[in-house]
Parts: sequence; structure tokens; C-alpha cells
Amino acid sequence: MNLTLKIWRQKDASAKGQMVDYKVNDISEHMSFLEMMDVLNEQLVNTGEEPVAFDHDCREGICGMCSLYINGEAHGPDRGITTCQLHMRMFKDGDTITIEPWRAAAFPVIKDLVVDRMAFERIQQAGGYISVNTSGNTQDANSLPISKHAADEAMDAATCIGCGACVATCKNSSAMLFVGAKVSQYALLPQGQVEAADRVQNMVAQMDLEGFGNCTNTGACEVECPKGISLDNIARMNRELMKAAIK
Amino acid sequence: MALDSRVPKGPIKDKWTDYKNKINLVNPANKRHIDIIVVGTGLAGGSAAATLAELGYNVKAFAYQDSPRRAHSIAAQGGINAAKNYQGDGDSTYRLFYDTVKGGDYRSREANVYRLAEVSANIIDQCVAQGVPFARDYGGLLDNRSFGGVLVSRTFYAKGQTGQQLLLGAYSAMNRQIARGKIEMFNRHEMLDVVKIDGKARGIIARNLITGEIERHSAHAVVVATGGYGNVYFLSTNAMGSNVTAAWKIHKKGAFFANPCYTQIHPTCIPRSGDYQSKLTLMSESLRNDGRIWVPKNIDDVKAIRDGSKKPTDLSEDERDYYLERRYPAFGNLVPRDVASRAAKERCDAGYGVNATGEAVYLDFAAAIDRYGREQAKIHNIANASDAKIYELGQAIVEAKYGNLFQMYEKIVDQDPYKTPMMIYPAVHYTMGGVWVDYNLMTTVPGLYCIGEANFSDHGANRLGASALMQGLADGYFVLPYTIGDYLADDIRTGKIPTDTKEFDEVEKEVKDKIDFFVNNKGTKSVDYFHKKLGKVMWDKCGMSRNEKGLKEAMVEIKAIREEFWKDVSVPGGSNEMNPELEKAGRVADFLELGELFAKDALTREESCGGHFREESAEEDGPQKGEAKRNDKGFAFVSAWEYKGAPADAVLHKEELEFKDIELKQRSYK
Repeated sequence: MNLTLKIWRQKDASAKGQMVDYKVNDISEHMSFLEMMDVLNEQLVNTGEEPVAFDHDCREGICGMCSLYINGEAHGPDRGITTCQLHMRMFKDGDTITIEPWRAAAFPVIKDLVVDRMAFERIQQAGGYISVNTSGNTQDANSLPISKHAADEAMDAATCIGCGACVATCKNSSAMLFVGAKVSQYALLPQGQVEAADRVQNMVAQMDLEGFGNCTNTGACEVECPKGISLDNIARMNRELMKAAIK
Repeated sequence: MALDSRVPKGPIKDKWTDYKNKINLVNPANKRHIDIIVVGTGLAGGSAAATLAELGYNVKAFAYQDSPRRAHSIAAQGGINAAKNYQGDGDSTYRLFYDTVKGGDYRSREANVYRLAEVSANIIDQCVAQGVPFARDYGGLLDNRSFGGVLVSRTFYAKGQTGQQLLLGAYSAMNRQIARGKIEMFNRHEMLDVVKIDGKARGIIARNLITGEIERHSAHAVVVATGGYGNVYFLSTNAMGSNVTAAWKIHKKGAFFANPCYTQIHPTCIPRSGDYQSKLTLMSESLRNDGRIWVPKNIDDVKAIRDGSKKPTDLSEDERDYYLERRYPAFGNLVPRDVASRAAKERCDAGYGVNATGEAVYLDFAAAIDRYGREQAKIHNIANASDAKIYELGQAIVEAKYGNLFQMYEKIVDQDPYKTPMMIYPAVHYTMGGVWVDYNLMTTVPGLYCIGEANFSDHGANRLGASALMQGLADGYFVLPYTIGDYLADDIRTGKIPTDTKEFDEVEKEVKDKIDFFVNNKGTKSVDYFHKKLGKVMWDKCGMSRNEKGLKEAMVEIKAIREEFWKDVSVPGGSNEMNPELEKAGRVADFLELGELFAKDALTREESCGGHFREESAEEDGPQKGEAKRNDKGFAFVSAWEYKGAPADAVLHKEELEFKDIELKQRSYK
């Protein structure tokens, strides 16, 4: 198929960006979206132009590096996947595809489609851990049974890949699904209880400091999340925060 | 220079404990005067950085991605082995040690493997304490699954995302130390060379991938944890950015490179579909617990399937060749990876491949769905359940076990694996070879360490499933943090290492010159053009089966591609900005050198062992006819290569392997 691409080009963080049109031909429907981008970049390199910078790495939907806003949707027009798992069979010959970076004040553009997600790092550093040193004599893993239900629910929250689609898709640029997922994972496990109050307060404080917006329960984040992280995690985070406040 | 593996004396069971009791330690007050650089922050690097910082050292950690959480350890699916014996099925430290040495086809260092098995149980305890949500059964205890090449269930897992959860565990431990100021994290930075002072590793030159700035970083020791070099094949299951640069640069500065030809070709990957393909996707080995692998018995059926006139589900049981069950009745579909891969290649080479490219076999879940469905019907007291009901019940079980993998397959191939068998084919997955290290995990350069997949030590010529995660975390959490103290104990009075010295000047100049060359070369061909060309030579001549003629040709061809690369490569953009093409150019330049050493190593090893199959060395008759033939008399050694100016001139040093606790046997899975 032959396609027209409208892509955000921006030289660096301080430069003014703009949408630029490109044409790519003979795209196979079996290609992934990023392989289509490879074709474009190969084309640009061969004509001496600078290729489009975009983040990507594992190309199997787990590293969370890829981050394109395609036709107005985070990770494009399919559900439960990242951009690298989006296939060209979702498009048809003659389509015009608009490709932008994540848009959020807390995610400044570095170049073209690459954004800076260090705000997520700082939130994790504020409390996204259980304080346990490495030693050869932590207690035996089976000495503390954990109900399968809680373990499974913690796992569902823990599958967050930190891509930022939730922020990009939220009209308020809220990071509450991301933060809620981490808070929930530990809140559901006995190991996480000791620091639960400090954790949620510190992570939420950092989240606010980074300039992410608030949650107004539109649920768009859950829809666009490649890992299907549930909105319940935001509710749990709010409960944890409330609990911590009245402690 | 003679290789000294520094394996402690004494019985294998006591070596590690005795050694830990005797090695030098650095007192806590002195640790804060010592800096350590950790390059790479996957399972090995991340766990090492966190643990070293907990101990009190000042750690500087480097990752080329925008966060340590994105390292490719995250993509490991199936699980992590540990000799916990929670299932009571006879597992023990010795058995895990034995399985790993046998699975590695007797080409690993016994003492290292025993230590790995010994600390494996601690890893699970540590991860659970960190909040890693491993799968549990209804009693609340940890669940296990079984993996290829072993007869016990010792694999711990978190759905099909075990690597992700373990990496996020190490990442959380790092975050705690970053918050405490004990780890200084350098995201979007790439190490481009190591700096040696008086023969010791004392720092690195790194490039800030956002600004293009070249930076000097000094330390008392440098740890390289940068993963494997599978991307030398262009197509592999590695991440796009996975590269050999750090490992290769330290090789060129004196670290020996061991067994580069030991590559794992994983049997269950999604087959390639076209020339545009940028990477291959793995389907977890755990699928072989329930999936049966087959191709049609009759070549006419193969043709009918390829032209679409027949579907795989049209073939009756009699018309299918479950070739692993036929050839290896004892292990069946759970033979080790190298054996399963070669068997798939054998069938496809014989013309029985089931897709258009002729490079695919079936992985079929129909029998498992039926078996689980009948079991469920019994459990739920459904008498005379219809076939449709049995299917429905069975499908639910398979979905609970492998749902995310089935979904991934469907998204890529656009076929429903619950209804039609999956198509799979082997793909490059893991490299057992790597930088040579001693028992302390130190390379042949003092103060320079190498851990995780980047080193060579534990898996011999073939790695068993669920052992990569185990090794990465063992090295990072439990081994390196002890052994590095032995070296650093001599450095407590050294003081800060200055970076304004001629050693740093020189290495920085080398790095800058190379970058200037790339951006000014203005050739006519893209970096990918050369990478793909290299990959094709590697796959055709250094792939699942190798022979003398092909390997000699490969050496010549790779050298020619390399020369053309340096003449004609085109790298648009500048050096003082984010420039992904420039990053790729540097990485491919190193792959083009490694590839040649790889072929040379494979040529020198005139035996078949593990993932390295030499056509000249196969059993000629008897029940093992056609199987790999190892040569313990001639080749029970580690090939450690010393760099001498060009890959082809590398000099071989042999570390003879001694097997005192395990009898060398032919690896039979029949």
C-alpha cells in the first residue's frame, strides 16, 4: 500500500517544531508500524536527509520505549498493544497517517518523536520500592503465604511498562494510572505494608511536583493502556492516600 | 599471558563458602571513598549497581535507554530456575548444577556453575522480599513449572513476564539507591571505550545520546553488564539497540573474549515474513510444556498446505510427524533448545517447512486443549460433555497459562492459535560466549569485571531455559558484590581518580576521531545495509550448522563487508545532537569485527557441542546417528581470544576444563 505520513519534526528541545509530509510506497500489510518507519528512514538516509528520530527498543511490546501518537491515539488504532506491535494491516492503501510525540508538559520533546520521561523516573525514586537490602539470608520465600488472588492482582498492576500512554491520552495529562499501578502492586502484598503510607504520600507529592494533571475519571488511560491496567488502581491509590492522611 | 581461573581449592560444595570467609573486605568507612562504574542496567547490571550501593560504594550506572527498566532482560518470558525443591520432586543444588553442566554440553567451568546453583535459592527469597509477584497456588505458596532439558519443576514465573518482574525488582532496588544518592544514574548514555591507567581499568568514555557530548568518568573499578551480541545476526530476538560495543571495546583493550561461536538459536520464535523484518519475536519455551511440534509426514501435504488447498487441521494424526517425540521419546517436546532447533532445521531442509518461505514447523495445542478440557469436565462433574464443551473448558485453561503469548502471536501473524497450530522457527536468542572472566568475574584486565550474558562463564555451549535470569541476578546480587571487595581492598588509599590525565586524553581522542569519521564520511549506503549483509553471512555460514568451507568463506566475506563499510557508509546528521544513525554506525562497526572472530572461533572448534554444530563432527552410526559428536579429548577447553590488531590475528589461549564432580557423558535425550 502507498501512504502519506504527516510527522512532527523538531530539531531539539528548544527548536520550534512542525508537521512535515512524507510519502512511502509498497508497504506490506504484514509489516509492523515501526518497520514502516524503518522504510521511511532508509529512504531518507539514501537521499541524504536526516531520518526521523523515534524511541523504540525491544519491538515486542514490553520495554515501554516506543511512544507514538498515531492519528490521535496513543500507540495507534488498536487495543492492548504498543506501537511496535501495531501492524500495517490496520491501515489501507491511500491513507494519510498523522504521527506525533506524546504531548504533555511533564514530557518535553527531545527531538522529533522522542520525549523526555524522566518525570516517571523521579516518581519511582520517590517511593516505588520496598526497602530491603540484598543479603543471602532474607526469610524463605514460602514462609509468608500470599493469597493467589492478591498475588494475581498485584501482578496485574505490576505489568505496567511505564510507556506514558496514559499521560499522553489523558486530557489532563494525569499520571495517576502509572502511579496507581505501582502503589497498588505493593499495597496488595504484605511486604509492601510497612512503608505503605510514606510510599503513597511521597509518590503522589512527586507526581504533583512534576506537573502532571489530576484525574477526572474519563477512563481514557485504561482504554489506551497497552497492558490493560485497570482504573481500579487509581481508586486504590486514592484510598491508600486517604488512609495515610488519617493515620 | 597464562589464564588463571582463580578457582578456590577444596571440595566443590565448600568452595564458595570458604572463599567468602577468606577474601579481603573493604570496611564500611572506606567504601564511601571508592567509586564503581556499572555499564548496563539489566538484571545483572541493575542488581549489581543496587547491591554495591547498598554496601556503601559510590556507583555510577549507565544505560543507553531512557530508564534502567527498559533493558532487554525485561523481555524474558518463561521464568527463573532455583533449586528450592518446593515441589518435593527430588531437586537439589547438586541436581541444578548437574543439569546446567550437562545442558551446557560439558563446556562450562564446574566451580562457577556450582556457585550459581548454590545462590539460586537466595534469589527467589530476595525477589519475593522486594515485592516481585511470582505466580502462586491457592494455598498461597509459590508455583513452579518445568522447562526443557530437565526432569524436575524448578522454574518460578510471573505469568509470561518473569523477566519484566525481576527487572522491575532490581530497578526498584536501584531507585531506592538513586534516591539515597548512592547511585548516580546516567540514562541515554553509551559507553564507547574503557580507560586504563597503569594496566588497571580506571574509567570510561561515554557519549550523552541527547547532546552528543563526550564525557569522561573515572572509578576504581569498572563493571560491564551489557548483555549478549546476538544482533551480530541482524535478525534476532534481542532488542534493536542490543550491541557488543562495550564488550568489544574492552576486548580490544586487553580483555580476552571467550567462545564467541557459542550461540543459542531458540526453537520457538515466530517465523520471518519478509525482507523488511527488523527483529524476531520469541514465543516462550514454556509453550513446549503443552504444545506438540510437528510437520506433515507426506511431502504432498506440505505442498497442499503451502498453496492453501489444505489446512493443518485437515491432517489426521497418522499424517503428522511429531518428529521430536519420534526421535527423542524420553524428553519429547522438552528436549533442550539446541536439539529442538536443529531438529526443526533438519525437517525444513528436507522440504517439510509449512509456510511460504519453507522455514516453519507447527506447534500445536489441540491435544493440550482436549486433555485439559476432559480434566475440567471431570472436575466439574459434567457427564458426557460434548466436544465443543470440552474444547471450551480446555481453551480456558490454556488461555490462563499462555494468554499473553497467544495474543502476541495473533497480533503479529493474524491467525488464531487456539484454532490453528502456531507456526514457529528457530531464531538467534542468546549468546553463551562472551568476555572471559575468572572465578571473581574479573576479566584479564585488573579492575575490569564482566557479568550477566556479557560474560562467558556459566552456560557452556548451550544455556538451559530459565537460567539466564538466574545467572544475571546471581552475578549481580550475590557474587560480584563479594568478589569485587577482594580487589578494591587494595584501593582504599588511592583517592579519587582524576580524569584530566593523558590516558583519558588519548582514549577520548580515539572515540572522537571515530565519530568525526562517521559524520564526515558521506558514503552512499546506510548502516542497516551493511548490518543486513553481515547478518546474512552469519546466518547462512555461522548459524545452526557450520562447516569448514562455510566458515572460511565467512571470514573472507565479513572482512570484505567491513572494508566496504569503512569506505561507503553514510551517516546523516551531526555529532553534537541526538543521532540514532551515528549510534548504530558505531555498533555495527564493532559487530563487523566480532563476526570475523566468531567465524574463526567456530572454525577452530572442530567438534560439535551444544549450540555449536560442526557438520564434520556428527555420530555416523548407532542409535545416535546424525546427533552432535563432542570431542572431549581434543576440545574440553574454553577458547579465550586475545586481540592482536585484527580479528583474524587473534591469539588463542586455552583454559582447560576439569570435571571432578561430574562424569563426562554423551548428552542423550532419547
